[in-house]
Amino acid sequence: MTQGVEANSVVLLLRERRDDVVAAWAELVAARMQRRASEAEVRTEVGNLYDALVAALGDGRVLDSTAPGLDEVRAQLAELSRTRARVGYTPSETAVSVFALKEAVLAQLGEHPSPEAYADFIEVSRLIDDLGLVTFETYVSTREEVIANQTDELLELSTPVVKLWDGILAVPLVGTLDSARTQVVMERLLQTLLDTESDRAIIDITGVPAVDTQVAQHLLKTIVAARLMGADCIISGIRPQIAQTVVGLGIEFGDIVTKAKLSDALEIALSEVGLEVVPKRAAAAEA
Amino acid sequence: MERVPILKLGDVLLVSIQIDLEDEVALNLQADLAERIVDTGARGVLVDISGLEIVDSFIGRVFADIAATSKVLDAEAVVVGMRPAVAMTLVDLGLSLGGVRTALNVEKGLKILREDLGLRGVAELDMTPDRPGDT
Amino acid sequence: MPGVEATEPLELPIAADRDVVKVRQAMRSFCLVAKLTLVDQTKAITAASELARNALIHGGGGQARLALVEDRGRLGVQAVFADEGPGIPDVDQALDDGWSSGSGLGLGLSGSRRLVDAFEIETEVGRGTTVTITKWAR
Repeated sequence: MTQGVEANSVVLLLRERRDDVVAAWAELVAARMQRRASEAEVRTEVGNLYDALVAALGDGRVLDSTAPGLDEVRAQLAELSRTRARVGYTPSETAVSVFALKEAVLAQLGEHPSPEAYADFIEVSRLIDDLGLVTFETYVSTREEVIANQTDELLELSTPVVKLWDGILAVPLVGTLDSARTQVVMERLLQTLLDTESDRAIIDITGVPAVDTQVAQHLLKTIVAARLMGADCIISGIRPQIAQTVVGLGIEFGDIVTKAKLSDALEIALSEVGLEVVPKRAAAAEA
Repeated sequence: MERVPILKLGDVLLVSIQIDLEDEVALNLQADLAERIVDTGARGVLVDISGLEIVDSFIGRVFADIAATSKVLDAEAVVVGMRPAVAMTLVDLGLSLGGVRTALNVEKGLKILREDLGLRGVAELDMTPDRPGDT
Repeated sequence: MPGVEATEPLELPIAADRDVVKVRQAMRSFCLVAKLTLVDQTKAITAASELARNALIHGGGGQARLALVEDRGRLGVQAVFADEGPGIPDVDQALDDGWSSGSGLGLGLSGSRRLVDAFEIETEVGRGTTVTITKWAR
């Protein structure tokens, strides 16, 4: 940070030649954006940034990029980066847009700038570099947000709880069962048991690729929670290999009923709520 | 000192916990219930915890003790209405409630008591319409 | 433990039964402000209840200090339970208590740890025990 008495000549130049520099900058950015935004849009965007920067460097001193005086500039950059990230621009594209200002400014210094002018330019250039990096950080956090939201949605979609019959729910699990997923499944199952006043849930694990000790524990936690509330669960979809793995690992399901076929589990659940399935002809004959 | 009210519905004593219980109040409830079971000859105890947002290890043990005491006095206890968040918390806490019988709501709890114990006086108090074949 | 206090902490004495209820109520308020989900809120309040009761029954009384904390933009609730009681001779054992242990101290301690995101315990025989828990919003 300069402590010199004199103002940075390049900063003063930025103020004087605003329109020229903004036009040059906008042109450079638009060229790189490969027609994904109109020149008018770009000019407005960079124009606002430019004005904020010049306003912040008001007295001619080049500030450190983290200085509070540059709050507005950083905020605008963050917003720019965010919107670009959401639409799918790469972080380089956004950062390069910022760096392009250096080119635009350099062009204003003429063919043979004095050593002092050069020194001032380098100072300003450093600040622009740092500001370009700000856009990187915002990009990363924005993308992480997008991914997190998508993950949540996927989690919701992949854990349906369906009502098979009065008092009987089914939870077809598909995919790996980790602790995050288990939490979601548990919450939805338990709430649905309560809302639908169902006593029984069939947890089908046909779509779960592997059952290890961890997965078994997650299943058990879910069933224990349901039992605490007064409902019971049957596990179905136990493939022969899974059965062998489970035994090999020494996992015991205790008194929890486990079945290979969903249909068998349904039959048991129906019987437990006092129903049985009979062929139509037999029922008609009895009538 | 607050005391949780105990209602008598036929052969069943009904307790509905709506408030955040102080430990002592919970212990008093346990004692009061034991006395009322003996006084009334009740054969069933229904504890409705649908209003409880928090069940920690102390309260959990009180419920387990209520069930055990009732059993000794020849009555059956059922705890109903546990909230999903409470169930999930108890699982992490590692509390099993010592095999206390539970049901989703008061209606189902009464049904259990009626079916398991053939209690009289309960039929006229539950809300489900009688099905043919019911006594 | 990460987290910067974002508000003035609330100090509550734990000297009697009803203080445990007060801790639960205060914990609930903090959880609401931190926008914890219902399940997380329930877990946090339950853990606080366990630890407050431990301080009362095993620690002979003590105090709770609740605060809203912040870490890189997300909010959380932090609670410290301190007593000057007998301390815990074998912390590892106390924390290792199995799932079905019914005896007082162990279950509350090990159980609470499973309910929260961060758990720290300092204890010295004859000096007392301090437990700090943190639950973050997601």
